[in-house]
Formats: sequence, C-alpha cells, structure tokens
Amino acid sequence: MATIEFQGKTCEVDEEGYLTNLDDWTPEIGEFIAKKENMTLTEAHWEVINFLREYYDEYQIAPMIRVLTKAVGKKLGEEKGNNKYLYELFPEGPAKQACKYAGLPKPTGCV
Amino acid sequence: MALPKVGEMTDDILKKQNVLPKKSWMEVKTTFEPGTYCYGEKAAPGEILDLPNPRDWDPAQDDWKLLPNWKETIQKGFQTRLERFRSLKLFMDICVRCGACADKCHFYIGTGDPKNMPVLRGELMRSVYRKENTVGGKLLGKLAGAREMTEDVLKEWYKYYYQCTECRRCSVFCPYGIDTAEITIHARELMHEAGVGINQITGPASNSFMTGNHLGLKPHAILNSVESLVEDIKSITGITVNPTFNRKGAEILFITPSADFFADPGIFTMMGYLLLFEHIGLDYTLSTYASEGGNFGLFTSHEMMKRLNSKIYTEAERLKVKWLLGGECGHMWRVVHQYMNTMTGPANFLEKPVSPVTGTKFSFADGTKFVHIAEFTADLIRHNTIKLDKARNDHRKITFHDSCNISRGMGMFEEPRYVINNVANHFFEMPEDTIREKTFCCGSGSGLNTNEYMETRLKGGFARAMAVKEVQEKNNVNLLTAICAIDRAAFPALLNYWNPGVETSGLHELVGNALVMNGEKARTVDLRGDDLAGSET
Repeated sequence: MATIEFQGKTCEVDEEGYLTNLDDWTPEIGEFIAKKENMTLTEAHWEVINFLREYYDEYQIAPMIRVLTKAVGKKLGEEKGNNKYLYELFPEGPAKQACKYAGLPKPTGCV
Repeated sequence: MALPKVGEMTDDILKKQNVLPKKSWMEVKTTFEPGTYCYGEKAAPGEILDLPNPRDWDPAQDDWKLLPNWKETIQKGFQTRLERFRSLKLFMDICVRCGACADKCHFYIGTGDPKNMPVLRGELMRSVYRKENTVGGKLLGKLAGAREMTEDVLKEWYKYYYQCTECRRCSVFCPYGIDTAEITIHARELMHEAGVGINQITGPASNSFMTGNHLGLKPHAILNSVESLVEDIKSITGITVNPTFNRKGAEILFITPSADFFADPGIFTMMGYLLLFEHIGLDYTLSTYASEGGNFGLFTSHEMMKRLNSKIYTEAERLKVKWLLGGECGHMWRVVHQYMNTMTGPANFLEKPVSPVTGTKFSFADGTKFVHIAEFTADLIRHNTIKLDKARNDHRKITFHDSCNISRGMGMFEEPRYVINNVANHFFEMPEDTIREKTFCCGSGSGLNTNEYMETRLKGGFARAMAVKEVQEKNNVNLLTAICAIDRAAFPALLNYWNPGVETSGLHELVGNALVMNGEKARTVDLRGDDLAGSET
C-alpha cells in the first residue's frame, strides 16, 4: 500500500493517490495533495470541496455532478451552477479531482 | 496517467495489425505496463464477500502474495468444473484452431496482441487442460500444446481474461459454437478461488452485497437523488411525478442499474422511466434494497451471481408484487435470461407478467417474471397507448449501439429500434457487420470500466468507435443510444476520445423527451437541459 508523508504523519493512499482512510483528511492535507498535482486551491475550490464533504457526511457517498451543480448554483448564483464552471475549477473532472482533495473515495460500478 | 494522442494511438493500432509474432506464444512472458492491466482487488471487499486470501496486492509486483496452495486450488477447481459444466469440457476439447474467430475480437483489433485472439485466449486455459486431461498432453507436453499451471501462467490468465469483456462476438463466428466468454467466466472464477481478482469487480460486488447496489448508495442517498430528478422533471415539463419506494402491494417492482439513480447520463434515462410510468399510471415501486440491476457476481463466480441476483427476488417476495420490470441494464439480463431459470429455478411465487395497459402477456418472461423495459415500451407504442411527439428529439441524429448482453445475450434486436423510430425522426444504423448479433463491444464491459485501464479500453473500443465515425461523418450523428449502464458509463470517455461531438444516452431518455404528458408545459429543453430544435434563442 502506498503512503504519503504529511506533517510527520504517514497516511495510506490508493494507486491513484486517494486517501484510504477518511479520518486522515484535514484541510491542510487536501491542500498538500492538490499542490503535488500543481493545483493551488482558491476559495472557489474550497466552496466545492466543503460541499462535497458535507454531502458525504450525510450520505456516505460523493454527490452526483447534477446535485453538485444545482447546489453550487443555489449557493453561488445561477451562472456558476453548471458543468463548465466546475470543470474550469477542476479540469480533470469535479468527481475525480475534487473528491481526491476532499479525501473522499472514488465512485465504483457502472459509472 | 496521460493518454497518447489520437494520432499516436491510431498509428500504434494500425502498426500492430496482422504482424506475425517472432516467438511462439508460450515463450512470451506476460508484462504489466501501466494502462494494460486492472488493479488487484483490495482486502476490504474480499473480506466482505468471504473471498479467499483477502489482501492488498499489486499485479505489477513480482510477489502476488498468493496462498501456498493456490495451484492445487485451481487444479481441483478446474476438474470440478469440467464435471459440472459440460459446455466447458466441450469447449476444451472441440476447438480445431481454424482461426475464424481470430480477428473478430475488438481487443485483438485494438491491441494486435495474439493472446487476444479468442482462439488463443481459449488456448491459455486449454493448454493447462491438456496437461492434466489428455493422453497426448500428459506424454508430450508442449509438443501437444500442453503446459503446467505455473505462476507465469496465472499472470497470463489475469492479464488476458481481463482483456476479454465476455461480449461473445467471437462465438458468432465460431463454426463449432465455442463461447469464449464462458471460458473467460470460468477462468475468472478459478482465479477468484485462488484469491486473484480485480478491484473494479470485487469493490462493486461487495457494495452490492452490503447496501444493495454497486455504488454503495444507502437508502437516503437514493431518495435524495430521485427527489432531485423529480425536481428537474418538474422544472422541465411542469409535471410532478410520484415515484414510491419499498411500497408493499404495488403491482410491479422496477429494477434498474444504480447508475441510473446517480450517474450522468443514466439519470436522464431514469427521468424518462419516471415520466413514462406517470404517463401510463403504472402501479409500481422502486426499492432501496434491490437497488441494483447489474450483477458483478457474473464476473466473480456462479455462487456470487446467484447471491446478488437473489436479493431482487427476495425483495419482490417481501413486497408481494406481481412481477418485475427491468430497466436498461446489460449483464443483469444475461444473468436473468441465461442463468436464473436453472440457477435458482423459476420464480413461481410471482405471477406471469401481463401489461396492465395493453393486456399483452410477456410469455418470454414466464419463468423469470422479469420483463425488459424496451419490450414493455415497444408494446405500449404498438398499441397506441402513449402519446409521443417525435420532433422533440429532432436536435439529435441518433445511432444505436447493440449492447452485447441484450443483443447476443438475449436476442433482443428489434424492440429498441422500434422504440427509437417511434420517438425520434433521425435514426441511422452503423455498418451491418458492427450491429445486431455482430455488434462491437464498448471495450469496457464485464467490470473493466476502470480508470487505470483507460488506454486498453480505448483500444478495445476502437472498432466500435470507427463504426460510429462512419455515421458521424455520413449522417452527422451526434448521439449514441444504448440500453446498458456500462455502455452509458463507458461511451462518454470512448466517444470523447475517438468521436468528439457524439454524446451518449439511454433509450428512455429519448422516450421521456418525446412523451406528451397530460397538463405539461411547453418544453423548450430536453431532459438534460439542452435546447430543443427550433427553440434556440
């Protein structure tokens, strides 16, 4: 099992660098993982990441994109409630990339 | 992992066509480069499913952390299966290696790797069979095409039995009717007995076992997701649909892949189902327990397949429904149509399915009591019982991909086409050798729809994509419709790579667009929010 070192702590990650244990996540480690991929997280990124975490807390799964875009639209205004806005923030796809920084697992199955 | 550019991958594929290998296949050692293999299964799902030797391991490492008796397990399992499955014995014995199947496999076309010729894929297992079961093999070994089961052979099996999507295109061309998919199914099952599997299969299978669906959606997550779709339907059509959950005494239990609840573009198909059921006033319920049509047990073992299939029937019995209606799923239908009647026996506690709208008896489903939605909807249209406005799909130039499990697996070719032609004006077939029973695979079926495998998936889907390209160029096709959730998951990536501009949908998304609901508002957008033809501002 691969690991990453952060602030003296060793955390397990999977083959693609997703944290294996939800409890290992802190905003700082999210920032750290993003930095390794040459991403700087702005407030706009954090709005999405925080929503993902809240949704996960309630439903134990990351939300589908449509729920995410709707929520972002409601909270931050219609013009931001679309895939385009989210892909600008997370070019590799909000589901994949934002979940990684939020410390959430990748979805599996027919998706 | 960065993917090669389209031009590079095309060159690579073309360069490898029909190149004679330098060495005999038995001498070629299996390697695991990134992008050519799936990650090994993790400890956690293995533990949940009681699989042997649950552990975290990496196929690319030399040490697979196998149990000391792995070889005996496979040898014993092989013998047991030869006795239990006459088809397997037959397939081991009767291949004359004529090669009719060789260039029919999408993975052979895409990779040029001889071990992806179905004849050779079968040979990977047949060689081991000969060593232990034929006089020639016992005495002459390699000369008679026989070899010992070794760790190298196991690694070869792992790579190439997970470079087969069990789509069965090769079997259409085999003069003996050998079904290589079944060989793959047995090989994977034997590997699982020895504790070797891929994470993209055991992960979803364990989720399905734990929570009822591959995605691991808990009841309140399903509810939240469907409520969100109900909201969208309301804003697009002005209609409030009223799905119910786990409702006892409903006439019909509707089962669909969990991706239809939760993943784009499956959710648009879900919206189509919900509108249709509202339109005809169907007395149906959804279940948060039997919340998965797909059955990754089919890719694990017969036992697992039975286990996961049974939850659907357990729920049907608990809710006291009359019969089951099934959504646009692929391998669910392979399991229900080809295995269930002999695996668990016919579901005699349910009633023989009769359409409450048209009175049609679906005698095809007399044993399983499970009706395919394409057949159900085709019957509704045939009897003029639903109101449709085809022009609402005029912004789409549609082609139809025959999903392997529905076309070759259950022989359904006409119903989806009949439905498309009644809900849309612009339908174009891909070339004849690539549709119906000769359909080309999406390249990602049978549990291979995983990210680390993208390069191989794109190569596997190359033949299908080239057929799409033909109708894209000739007829301006901009939508590929398919009735399988793996297709709906696999095609967006495949088409985005090879055929940018072609989107993916399910059949009932088109039905939902065309349905004229009582009391609806004038529609300006389709179910995914795109402008309808003529309504662009």
